[in-house]
Amino acid sequence: MERFIRHTGTAAPLRRSNVDTDQIIPAEYLKRITRDGFEDGLFSAWRKDPEFVLNQPEYQGVSVLVAGPDFGTGSSREHAVWALQNYGFAVVLSSRFADIFRGNSSKGGLLTAQVDQEVIERLWEMIEADPSTEVTVDLEARTVTAKDLQADFDVDDYVRWRLMEGLDDIGITLQHADDISEFEATRADFKPVTLS
Amino acid sequence: MGRTLAEKVWSDHIVRSVEGEPDLLYIDLHLVHEVTSPQAFDGLRAAGRPVRRPDLTLATEDHNIPTIDVDKPIADPVSRAQVEALRKNCADFGVPLYSLGNIEQGIVHVVGPQLGLTQPGMTIVCGDSHTSTHGAFGALAFGIGTSEVEHVLATQTLPLKPFKTMAINVDGELPEGVSAKDIILAVIAKIGTGGGQGYVLEYRGSAIRSLSMEGRMTICNMSIEAGARAGMVAPDQTTFDYVEGREHAPKGALWDEAVAYWRTLFTDDDAVFDAEVHIDASSLSPFVTWGTNPGQGLPLSASVPSPDDAKDEVDKVAIERALEYMDLTPGTPLREIGIDTVFIGSCTNGRIEDLRVAAQILQGRTIADGMRLMVVPGSARVRLHAEAEGLDQIFIDAGAEWRGAGCSMCLGMNPDKLTPGERSASTSNRNFEGRQGPGGRTHLVSPAVAAATAVTGHLASPADLA
Repeated sequence: MERFIRHTGTAAPLRRSNVDTDQIIPAEYLKRITRDGFEDGLFSAWRKDPEFVLNQPEYQGVSVLVAGPDFGTGSSREHAVWALQNYGFAVVLSSRFADIFRGNSSKGGLLTAQVDQEVIERLWEMIEADPSTEVTVDLEARTVTAKDLQADFDVDDYVRWRLMEGLDDIGITLQHADDISEFEATRADFKPVTLS
Repeated sequence: MGRTLAEKVWSDHIVRSVEGEPDLLYIDLHLVHEVTSPQAFDGLRAAGRPVRRPDLTLATEDHNIPTIDVDKPIADPVSRAQVEALRKNCADFGVPLYSLGNIEQGIVHVVGPQLGLTQPGMTIVCGDSHTSTHGAFGALAFGIGTSEVEHVLATQTLPLKPFKTMAINVDGELPEGVSAKDIILAVIAKIGTGGGQGYVLEYRGSAIRSLSMEGRMTICNMSIEAGARAGMVAPDQTTFDYVEGREHAPKGALWDEAVAYWRTLFTDDDAVFDAEVHIDASSLSPFVTWGTNPGQGLPLSASVPSPDDAKDEVDKVAIERALEYMDLTPGTPLREIGIDTVFIGSCTNGRIEDLRVAAQILQGRTIADGMRLMVVPGSARVRLHAEAEGLDQIFIDAGAEWRGAGCSMCLGMNPDKLTPGERSASTSNRNFEGRQGPGGRTHLVSPAVAAATAVTGHLASPADLA
């Protein structure tokens, strides 16, 4: 995974709450067995509407998504993270993220920065007034900056460290393989196995 | 200080705990299906890593398989390729798999409990958010993404930060005709789709105790719809009776040892939850959703809400948008909403008791003109069980399609879909825009409301059939 320290880019305002992962990428795109090429599925139902924000010429090339509360609810599909990244997003800002989506994002290197809804509202207004507004998300300083706005964001300490170092979770865990073996030796005999 | 049920199960699975890092938690059972696993197996291959414990892993085909012509090759080549990838991956890595056509095939969350693999006090994960279902047994069970699937395959562990705990107390007697599904829809409407975020929900109280295991599974299943990754019910005699004798249940002396342990799995009297919610079961009635998230639900006796009822500006926009998508007018009685398709099935309500409830209502009745009723058992075993009881004939006589097991129209990944503008009453778990097919409109209901609705052609409860 690439290291994530800070990111600057233009942003798209997504004035919707409860953006579930079925909206981010519908089930029909989940039949693929690759990890890339999901950009065509991103918000595919909404993108059929010419009025949808990502169809506007001023929001082409954006890399920061500013969304309403409860972003990423529903299904555990990590394809939602891949679709956002494949499309070009590096950061999603929301006042609240669904747990599984947030966990998946941290694995794939998509930063989910949690800020107050007040900050979201200000960013929406600022971006809509001037779509060329650059938003900087600094993971090291835990701040979001755009023009005269600067706000702190919430991110788990451990996730921050992993993203900044670009570390692979499995590699970290396998350093503790002895602990795992030791634990396995103490497991109760009554626990079920799927193979006899 | 005492501990909650969730804290007890958590601490019994800690492999490694270090200040400032997530706990490394051991996973007792990893369930796998075709949709969220191919990229994980590819990751193992790329890194040259084996599956650490194939004997704690079980795969089944459920999400994108057809529910008719299951003895023929899958028609959709993309679906077929994904299912074939699962078969190859399981063969290459030694993971047991129940394929289409196998008697143990079915929805992963129906199969685990049915085989007795789901037991109290276990940690259970699957690349599917409805893994919370297994919490009905007092297991800590939650959905994971594909990167985590790879992590569990490689290490049989997951690094996790402890959850907060929330008690959902449901006390009192459930009125006649009110089911587990109505309880959970009422809970989600009360706390919202984000209300459980960061928590494990523990369902408690006399109304929960009085439920069967299948009812408890329905409730825990939809914990994720309230934003909670997991939901739990403390195991009791009902749980032990359900597990005993199943294929993978402990036998003989091991059974006694297991039960002795399972009896310790409850929240201590002096334990403190981070949050508590109270619901009076006797005040509940059949519940349905009107909007596009599972929190947008109301009693069937209510009317479509107005944006003016919103609690804030964000909620107002959400209501307006949902009304537009669902093509509903504020003030319309929910009972007057006409329905095109009724879907009975899914990991929420695709078990034998659900089918019995629906069949009882449909017996001697026929579905409304122009109505499509799909009945999709949660597993091949459930289908057989229903056929042994003659339920299939009741459904067929009423005018229903009686299908093979799978996720089917719950997520419309296989050919079982709504067409644009088509409106369903569905016993599944999500009413998101397009969930059951692009442009489709979904109302979440209990099996009893689904069956009554199929007969009347509009949202109805069995009491309306008289």
